[in-house]
Amino acid sequence: MTVHRPAAGTLFDRGILQQAAIDAVRKLDPRRLVRNPVMFATAAVALAASILTARGGEHFGVMVQISAWLWITVLFANFAEAVAEGRGKAQAASLRRTRSETTAKRLAAAEAEDFEAVPASALRAGDLVACETGDIIPGDGDVISGIATVDESAITGESAPVIRESGGDRSAVTGGTRVVSDRIVVRITLDPGESFLDRMIALVEGAKRQKTPNEIALTILLVGMTLIFLIVVATLPVFASWSGTAVPAVFLAALFVTLIPTTIGGLLSAIGIAGMDRLVKFNVIAKSGRAVEAAGDIDVLLLDKTGTITLGARQAAEFLPLARVNERDLAEAAFLSSLADDTPEGKSIVALARTRYGLTGGGEGMHFVPFTAQTRMSGVDFAGSSIRKGAADAIRAGLEGGLSAASARELDHLVERVAKTGGTPLAVVRNGRPLGVIHLKDIIKPGIRDRFATLREMGIRTVMITGDNPLTAAAIAAEAGVDDFLAEATPERKLELIREYQQGGRLVAMCGDGSNDAPALAQADVGVAMNTGTQAAREAGNMVDLESDPTKLIEIVMIGKQLLMSRGALTTFSIANDVAKYFAIIPALFLASYPQLQALNVMGLASPQSAVLSAIVFNALIIVLLIPLALKGVRYRPAGAGTLLKRNLLVYGMGGLIAPFAGIKLIDLAVAALGLA
Amino acid sequence: MDANGILQILLYLAVIVALTPLAGGYMARLFEGRLTFLAWAERPIYRLCGTAPEREQHWSAYAFSLLAFNLVGTLAVYGLERLQVWLPLNPAGVGAVSPTIAFNTAVSFATNTNWQAYGGETAMSYLTQMAGLAVQNFVSAATGIAVAVALIRGFARHSAQTVGNFTVDLTRCVLYLLLPVAFLTALFLVWQGAPQNFDAYVPASTLEGVHQLIAQGPVASQEAIKQLGSNGGGFFNANSAHPFENPTPLTNLVEMTFLLLLAAGLTDTFGRMVGDRRQGWAIFAAMGLMFVVCVSLAAWAESQANPALTVAGMDSLVGNMEGKEVRFGIANSAIWATATTAASNGSVNAMHDSFMPLGGLVPLVDILLGEVIFGGVGAGLYGMLVFVVLAVFIAGLMVGRTPEYLGKKIEAREVKLAVLAILVTPLGVLGLGAISLLAGPEAIAAPGPHGLSELLYAYASATGNNGSAFAGFGAATPLNAILQGVAMVFGRFAVIVPVLAIAGSAAAKKTVPPSAGTLPTHGRLFVTLLIAVTVVVGGLTFFPALALGPVVEHLALFSGTLF
Amino acid sequence: MISHLRSALVLTLVMTALTGIAYPFAVTGIAELAFPRQAHGSLIERDGKVVGSALIGQAFSGPGYFHGRPSAAGQGYDAANSGGSNLAPSARALAEAVRARIAAERAANPGERGPVPADLVTASASGLDPHLSPAAAAWQAARVALARGLAVEEVRALIAARTEGRTFGLLGEPRVNVLALNLALDERRPMR
Repeated sequence: MTVHRPAAGTLFDRGILQQAAIDAVRKLDPRRLVRNPVMFATAAVALAASILTARGGEHFGVMVQISAWLWITVLFANFAEAVAEGRGKAQAASLRRTRSETTAKRLAAAEAEDFEAVPASALRAGDLVACETGDIIPGDGDVISGIATVDESAITGESAPVIRESGGDRSAVTGGTRVVSDRIVVRITLDPGESFLDRMIALVEGAKRQKTPNEIALTILLVGMTLIFLIVVATLPVFASWSGTAVPAVFLAALFVTLIPTTIGGLLSAIGIAGMDRLVKFNVIAKSGRAVEAAGDIDVLLLDKTGTITLGARQAAEFLPLARVNERDLAEAAFLSSLADDTPEGKSIVALARTRYGLTGGGEGMHFVPFTAQTRMSGVDFAGSSIRKGAADAIRAGLEGGLSAASARELDHLVERVAKTGGTPLAVVRNGRPLGVIHLKDIIKPGIRDRFATLREMGIRTVMITGDNPLTAAAIAAEAGVDDFLAEATPERKLELIREYQQGGRLVAMCGDGSNDAPALAQADVGVAMNTGTQAAREAGNMVDLESDPTKLIEIVMIGKQLLMSRGALTTFSIANDVAKYFAIIPALFLASYPQLQALNVMGLASPQSAVLSAIVFNALIIVLLIPLALKGVRYRPAGAGTLLKRNLLVYGMGGLIAPFAGIKLIDLAVAALGLA
Repeated sequence: MDANGILQILLYLAVIVALTPLAGGYMARLFEGRLTFLAWAERPIYRLCGTAPEREQHWSAYAFSLLAFNLVGTLAVYGLERLQVWLPLNPAGVGAVSPTIAFNTAVSFATNTNWQAYGGETAMSYLTQMAGLAVQNFVSAATGIAVAVALIRGFARHSAQTVGNFTVDLTRCVLYLLLPVAFLTALFLVWQGAPQNFDAYVPASTLEGVHQLIAQGPVASQEAIKQLGSNGGGFFNANSAHPFENPTPLTNLVEMTFLLLLAAGLTDTFGRMVGDRRQGWAIFAAMGLMFVVCVSLAAWAESQANPALTVAGMDSLVGNMEGKEVRFGIANSAIWATATTAASNGSVNAMHDSFMPLGGLVPLVDILLGEVIFGGVGAGLYGMLVFVVLAVFIAGLMVGRTPEYLGKKIEAREVKLAVLAILVTPLGVLGLGAISLLAGPEAIAAPGPHGLSELLYAYASATGNNGSAFAGFGAATPLNAILQGVAMVFGRFAVIVPVLAIAGSAAAKKTVPPSAGTLPTHGRLFVTLLIAVTVVVGGLTFFPALALGPVVEHLALFSGTLF
Repeated sequence: MISHLRSALVLTLVMTALTGIAYPFAVTGIAELAFPRQAHGSLIERDGKVVGSALIGQAFSGPGYFHGRPSAAGQGYDAANSGGSNLAPSARALAEAVRARIAAERAANPGERGPVPADLVTASASGLDPHLSPAAAAWQAARVALARGLAVEEVRALIAARTEGRTFGLLGEPRVNVLALNLALDERRPMR
């Protein structure tokens, strides 16, 4: 499959950077700054320092530079956010272009031929529109009549057109996609501004981004740290007065800003936006940041067998007749009953019968009985005979006279034989007489075992959901390497299972596409709806996978974890930095009163002024240097929690401790060489 | 430090490790309600208080009960102090305590601080000591333990609305634990030489014919609970350095053991009650490792002789003996100083003010870290659990999972409450300390950086509810008496209320079973992280102040500068 | 709120009765029976008069008595007002005081040349420290012997006899009780 990933190659695009630089200044608006308490405090201190500097005094040159760097710190943080938003906007813009000029053909009724041309933005939920070859579908909705091939590449990046038809699980269409052939009538399900596209645009632009729960908690912690350092710095001149030292207020401002967690404070929203952005690049749309964060916490993953673990279509592999039944008779009955069955299984039965026995065509007067959830069988009535095929237990329940003991035993034996190998047995009866069993074979997707192994490493339990009987399910589960399975699943059982896990405190994720998945999708903590699914499913889930690849949950989980890890790592880094900053600034401030404090000047910084200046410069530059990390996210490799923590503590804790010693020293050398202080 | 000193330190550590599971197991049985042999004594108390013992309280009701009880206790002590001159059991005829000192002392004992802005033998009648101060020694300790137990229950329970019954917890703590242990200890102390009488002070005529008035009193009974309940308010001004409070090396070992016994034991109680003893031992390990580092530093620093004195001709063999007792020597003084400040006890057997700069830095840092290295009875555990919440939060983020501890998700509410609790120490120490200094430095006795250390120590001690002092600091000035009182109330209840709120919110949460993605909180890695968070928060907050106090004093002293 | 307060009030009264009255009186009662000497302060009587407590140090200044440690309790060894000097290690006042004490000890013990034992010139924590290190006692032996008219060896033997080792050979530090030593001296050869 060819998937185009917009702007995936380069991390920074010149255009984005230019726009971000302008936005960085625009974001100095206090009303916007106040949403980020750490940077708001920095800006307030920068303002105070500027005013103090303007009044002149000793060290004027250094004070000017410090004030400037305080502002630069704020600008860098704004810049980081703007870059993240810019990258999202670039994606959003290309999406928006597809939508803007759409004209809709509004119908008065589904059967009406005449339409009224209205702009797409005038459509309301419940409106009916016709879409013909070449038309852009004007909004999200359900196909209520007709069948068409639709090019969804604008949304999904998937170039092959897909079938959209009324009824069933492929009825949902997305605004902005194009009908390639045929005509469908679509009932619009969403008011303008609420469509998928709109949500996606809002998310990647970060405009209406709401803070996620962990982000809120972290912000509280950062505010706490800021308050602590406010107390520290505000009381310092009092304690300094005991030794008769007067500390210049601008130096105190510099100390305060270097101590408060500006690194994480400056990058926090960029991390959040970039997380969304990464998700979109994987062609997944999350309806909220909360859902992405929850994805990182998933303990249990429910996966439908069909289409996820096994290739969507089961293939008829052989016909197993009962004793005294001709295999050809069985094949013919299976063939006839499947002629009208256009499920992949039905088609494979027809195909198998054709190739094995050269069967062709049907006759006149055939009356097909469709599959229903109640009877759980389908078939055909014609010329006085009635053929049914379905799950063995459904077939047996449907037989009025029951089976002879011998036939029942024989049928059970066949069913079991098929089930044990992981196949699906489909019993066939004609006129109440069992003929035998069709062996439908599941084909496990290549590479799926490794995916499950990865999930296990991440601490996630996989549960396969299947309508198969327990025997079949167990065989496939073992082959695919899932941890557990739910056999003979019904939508109710599925919902119940999710509730059970949740009662036990587990967080559950599931994928689904069908309408009957909607309740379970809504109940699950993370519900990923397939884009090919029904509108109901897409509404119920909190994420939509545009590529309809259920195993993508692995990536979603990784992105969720990365989001948290990036925040955690940068917080640790930010706090660890403070040690070096103390060693730079404290001796500098008090050297005049206590020359002995030179012993703490472990970096051997040139002068008190240069020490303070170097610390504040380092503090500002580190924000810019870490923007790529914030955007890409901390690397996540599936591993146990202990291993991850150890690694991140080493890299970001120890790194954060050591890096600034080197960084500040280097800047100090430069400052001294340039004669800046 | 000679080999014997090191042996004594090791012996002490071994005793604590050995007794922790004993104390922990007993307290777990006590607070799980499995001990009932004194039920006959409990029942009438509950009836008098109008409490239905089986009715548990929501965390807010628990907090109200606790606050009301502490308020009444404070008023009672204040009343006794002010009226003692007219009350019985005052053979020395000491007068009424001044209002500010009386406030300071009442708050001090009710908050388990036991800061003494007065000299015991010169200011308090026997009645005040017994019925006021000693009572608070019992109940303030029991209050701390009750809060810790409520928090433990919060983590141990799931989807629960209540955290226990305060009246029951307090009563059971006193009846089953504090009273019996104190009773036996008091008798042991008398045997070793601590007085226990209601005599008037005894006049003596020394060998050289000088008049010496020897203070008396019910010393032993007070000493026992003062050590056991992390109170620390001595019967005498010199506290446990006084030969009547702590007559022999043996009493010294027992009293030192009691400094940490219950606080250490509670870590195991915690482990047992949450159903995973490794969790308790992990917290014990974090506390213990910090303790070992601190005691080593203190012992090393104190075994250095003061260079300013050796220059004058003093020998440098034993170390810094100024403000220390011969029978205890360097090792026992260093252990005690570390343990008493680690444990928020505050009793002393040597004068911290005269410790070497780095030797004095240790007790100061112990307090500034938030009194969580074992800490006060109860207070240490719940203080440490606040740091655990923060450590778990940071760790959770770093492993990419919403943080959880013992199956409880740590969310914005818990972080907010933990941050509130963490803010208390900086606000109390730096904030109130700065106000005191701004108002005037007359309370500070020492010139130079040591003066700042005295001030810091005073406000650290008050906020951390420790009670020990760099005793040169003149805390009896009205302003300081009041500010210190405020610091003590703030340091106690501004932590207790958020902690109880955490207890309530943890109790109400579902317990999430651990999975492979859950960070284990009993391993070496977590212990390391917990220590790092504790040290980093404390270190970053107090680095500048410490640099201007003990650190610069050390550098100056060893480069020959005196103040 | 009212019920909280009522409950608190009653609980306070109950606890006061239990821990503030019953507890100390019970301890006092048993102590009186079991350890009457210790319970009353380990007082030492000579000729029917209280001369001090075995646990409390007292001031000695004459050459014939061993001098205890410098005391910061009241005016010195005030047993109703205990306490240390609380001087900072970096305090000039401490260095000066110790310098003066060293000079005084040197003058009083002209025979001793080495550095002065630390405990002899530094104030104790309580101001009532009853002990000296054996070294600090030995440092004064020659002076005391001379003043008492005893052989130095005899005095040394007295010190050795009064030296308490570490408890169980481990706890605390070796020490000499100054009052006990001086009482022994008086018994051996009273001051004229």
